[in-house]
Amino acid sequence: MIYFNNVTKKYDDDNPSLEDINISIAAGEFVSIVGHSGAGKTTLTKLILAEEYPTDGSVYFESTDIHKLSKNELTNFRRKVGIVFQDFRLLPNKTAYENIAFAMEATGKSDEEIAEDVPHVLELVDLSNKANHFPHQLSGGEKQRLAIARAIITQPELIIADEPTGNLDPINTNEVVNILKKINDLGTTVLLTTHNRSVIDQVNKRVITLENGRVIRDDKDGKYMI
Amino acid sequence: MFITDTKRIIRSGYRSFMRSGFTSIASILIMTITLFVIVSLIFIQTTLNTALTDIKEKVDVTVYFVPNASEDSIQNIKVALEKLPEVKDVSYTSSEEALATFKERHANDYLTLQALDELNDNPLGASLNVKAKDPSQYESISKYFENDSALTLGSLSIVDKIDYHQNKVVIDRLNSIINGAQRLGFAISLVLIIISIIITFSTVRLIIYMSREEISVMRLVGAGSKYIRGPFIVSGILVGIMASIVTTIILFPISIWLGNQMTDFIGINLFTYYKANFVQLFIIMLGSGIILGVISSIFAINRYLRK
Repeated sequence: MIYFNNVTKKYDDDNPSLEDINISIAAGEFVSIVGHSGAGKTTLTKLILAEEYPTDGSVYFESTDIHKLSKNELTNFRRKVGIVFQDFRLLPNKTAYENIAFAMEATGKSDEEIAEDVPHVLELVDLSNKANHFPHQLSGGEKQRLAIARAIITQPELIIADEPTGNLDPINTNEVVNILKKINDLGTTVLLTTHNRSVIDQVNKRVITLENGRVIRDDKDGKYMI
Repeated sequence: MFITDTKRIIRSGYRSFMRSGFTSIASILIMTITLFVIVSLIFIQTTLNTALTDIKEKVDVTVYFVPNASEDSIQNIKVALEKLPEVKDVSYTSSEEALATFKERHANDYLTLQALDELNDNPLGASLNVKAKDPSQYESISKYFENDSALTLGSLSIVDKIDYHQNKVVIDRLNSIINGAQRLGFAISLVLIIISIIITFSTVRLIIYMSREEISVMRLVGAGSKYIRGPFIVSGILVGIMASIVTTIILFPISIWLGNQMTDFIGINLFTYYKANFVQLFIIMLGSGIILGVISSIFAINRYLRK
């Protein structure tokens, strides 16, 4: 589904953030990418979303080169990808309900679909009673569950979770990982980046280890190795 | 699809406008200042124009005739003058009227009156008071007298004197002041309007800059450019509408005060003017508010919509 083809990304001339990356991720996989801060995890996700462009090489989604898409095609492509960030990135002026509804509105869903699906997904992440709260009225764990709800509402083919548990305590971390596993069980591909050992051990799926911008390990059912 | 999108964009813009609280109030205030400057300049221009018209009204040229000129020939000249395209108005003062005015003016000046009594004849001639449509035309009117042979009575001119030559310096200076004032007024207006527009632009830009995270999230969630830009434009329109309403309200007490206190000084009652032109002024404010809001929003947000 996602193919990295000899990808190199340099923010400055001397120190490549990513160097010569070759990864392929199949549909339905749950892939964890681990590494220290600065290993290149976030750059990797930014390349997939075309927030950054590779210095060399190319990234494919199915058979299309993501970085050759036009602005409109890119908008359409992004609708197939759900994203969860470490810092949640919710819309501060919208309630929990509206944050989720916005993603559906943006993709042109009808009012009826929105009215039907949003309560359902709020229930899935256990936020039904907080539908009218604004993000600043929610706890960290609740915000991240809301972000996940927003990511999955459009039924994307791929979920990218960039350090989703970075700001959470162990109990909330546990919950978030369980929700991601549940989503994966329902058939969605999940790409998770983390540096949290217990998260990797809990997931117990494929682990790719990055160090200084290079892939140093790619284990089928990996443990946290660094 | 289009209708649903439009509805959603308007609702979203309205909500973010209402929920942004302080930010919205700040941009309304800035926009109010801009609109206030625009309307004040309209007021000032009106005042200036009224003052200039007043002054122009006061400028005239008087043609004095010799005392023995016949009234018929003067009336002929009056008719001829009235036919000139530059002439707005001609009024005739007979020598008796001139004498009466003179006596009245010197009612306390016993010596002068006594001297006048010593003369048996009325020493004052009749006169024609000529008003031109534009102060710059007095010169050509006075030339008319110098060239026209109909004005001569035999070999002697019936025209005693034309006070244009005495007034020439004043009239010329007045002309250049009027032109200068109009040009200066226009230049100052232009500069002030540009300054306040730049301030509005910067404010809107700052406000949208604060939303750049939000914009990037919207993009990542898969919202198209139009869908992101729309609500900001709606907010801009709302700011424009609110600011024009606030300005309209603020202008009431100000124009009442100006009307009560300053009418004599500036020569026009601005409250009466405000009431009389209320609809036009409101439309000007509303229009410039909305246009400013929309254009500044579009400019500011396009920065963040490029890939």
